[in-house]
Amino acid sequence: MKKTDILITAILIAAAVILTSVLATATVGATTAEPAPAAPGKIARGKYLVDIMGCHDCHTPWKMGPKGPEMDMTRALSGHPEDMAMPPAPALPPGPWIGAVGATMTAWAGPWGVSFTRNLTPDKETGLGDWTLEQFIATMKTGRDRGKGRALLPPMPYFNLAHLTDEDIASVFAYLQSLTPIKNRVPQPVDPPEGNQ
Amino acid sequence: MKANWLLGGALVALMGATGLSQSQPQVPVAPRLLSETGLYAGEGTRVVDVRNRPFAPQYPLWSDGAGKRRWVRLPEGSTIDVTNVDRWDFPVGTRFWKEFDFDGRKVETRFLWKVSKTNWVFASYAWNADQTEAMLVPESGMPDAAPIAPGKRHGIPSVMECRACHDSSRTEVLGFSALQLSDDRDPNALHADTLTADMITLRTLVDERLISPGRTQFKTDPPRINAATPEARAALGYLSTNCGSCHNRDSSIASLGLLLKHEVRGDKPFRGDKPLGLSATECTPALATTVGRKGHWLVPANPVESRVINPGKPELSALIERMRSRRPSSQMPPIGTVVRDRAAVDLLTAWVTANPDEWTRLAVTCGPGRS
Repeated sequence: MKKTDILITAILIAAAVILTSVLATATVGATTAEPAPAAPGKIARGKYLVDIMGCHDCHTPWKMGPKGPEMDMTRALSGHPEDMAMPPAPALPPGPWIGAVGATMTAWAGPWGVSFTRNLTPDKETGLGDWTLEQFIATMKTGRDRGKGRALLPPMPYFNLAHLTDEDIASVFAYLQSLTPIKNRVPQPVDPPEGNQ
Repeated sequence: MKANWLLGGALVALMGATGLSQSQPQVPVAPRLLSETGLYAGEGTRVVDVRNRPFAPQYPLWSDGAGKRRWVRLPEGSTIDVTNVDRWDFPVGTRFWKEFDFDGRKVETRFLWKVSKTNWVFASYAWNADQTEAMLVPESGMPDAAPIAPGKRHGIPSVMECRACHDSSRTEVLGFSALQLSDDRDPNALHADTLTADMITLRTLVDERLISPGRTQFKTDPPRINAATPEARAALGYLSTNCGSCHNRDSSIASLGLLLKHEVRGDKPFRGDKPLGLSATECTPALATTVGRKGHWLVPANPVESRVINPGKPELSALIERMRSRRPSSQMPPIGTVVRDRAAVDLLTAWVTANPDEWTRLAVTCGPGRS
């Protein structure tokens, strides 16, 4: 064996050992390190997705403006206003009607009871501030609260969002977590009348 | 040059070890038929293989009144690592089966198979009309698998729904644990099957050296829920199984602050992570996180007085109200049941209503305003 062969071999082994060490460290780091702040590109991607997927349609309260109904962006994505107590849902007229919706587009009544759209801002007590990315992804994929709890209620189109990639859902989460927190405790859903037991 | 080839080979091996290799090991998948999973001896589905050992957890999960039979098979010569008494690590190759029947007709059999150090295969098999074979159910599950009550049908859950509970405790197996197999069985446990001589218990595992380390204390001092009354013991056991699978300290929803899974290691009372030095009946996690606590969901009739457990007031105890509900917006558990467990509601109601002095004392030592 020539000296040059030995040298090349030694370099190769050293490179492999370093590579192994680096990858092992990277793997450990990926599972144990604190989550790094989301990159601006990721937040921008999340904003783009939130805007085109219609999240504002129901999670941002609407108000009456000079040209008709418009979104109240001072309360963007903060869900059904806490201070708006809804009266009982109206009785539906005969015919193929299935539900009623509040003027803010944040309260929806139907056979499932009454659902109120969630506060998606990162307020710790009333929004998604104490949510983890894992919980958010699980919610979108399963249609259940934090992936384990009660079923999400209409009109939440989780069955569409379930087709998002984990990366896109993570971008949406990063954007929502970057918003200014709005303290707004959304009411819990109202059960439909007895009979479904 | 030969030396270079050899060392080049070593380099390739190193790359493989780092995951850079192109070839990936094939992940086993569930067989198409139940009879191909190893549950039965010979052909067909008539005789269970004697290597598959039956067992019956003392606090079974409520499944709308389904009859259940369960079996486990450990690979020959292997042991379960019980170093962590609350999170058993099963050897690769372990298989579990759980058969569900309603009124004597088999509806489904669920199959859990550990195929690698970190992966389990989850599968469900739906029985045919002749009760002779069961077919693999799609991962999306099978709603409306069988009628079980007027207007109610049993649905076979999707794999995702299975994992919602089974992945919550860092151990995928829920009904085969120190508490569930304890020989100190709770005579008041709801819906429990009678033990038969052939069933595995903790004593069997110790005697047959199927666990490592041996833990002879599982025989001499078998785990039990220490509670103030028999009703409390049964209630806490029920909650441990039916709620604790998700509501436990290792779950992705642990931040909700509800810890209902009874931990054998945690038999000692604690506050946060610090032992309290009181008797075990005083302040277990299940009590510390429920008694007098406000909770996320409030009883609609009286949100102000609603508590997760409101001592003496079952109607203002969110835990009981959600157990009573079978409406999607409020029912608990949210998965795997469409029929209310009346016996459980009665048990929890009796527990919360009885012994007011005991509850008053607990509220002081264990509730949010404790000293």
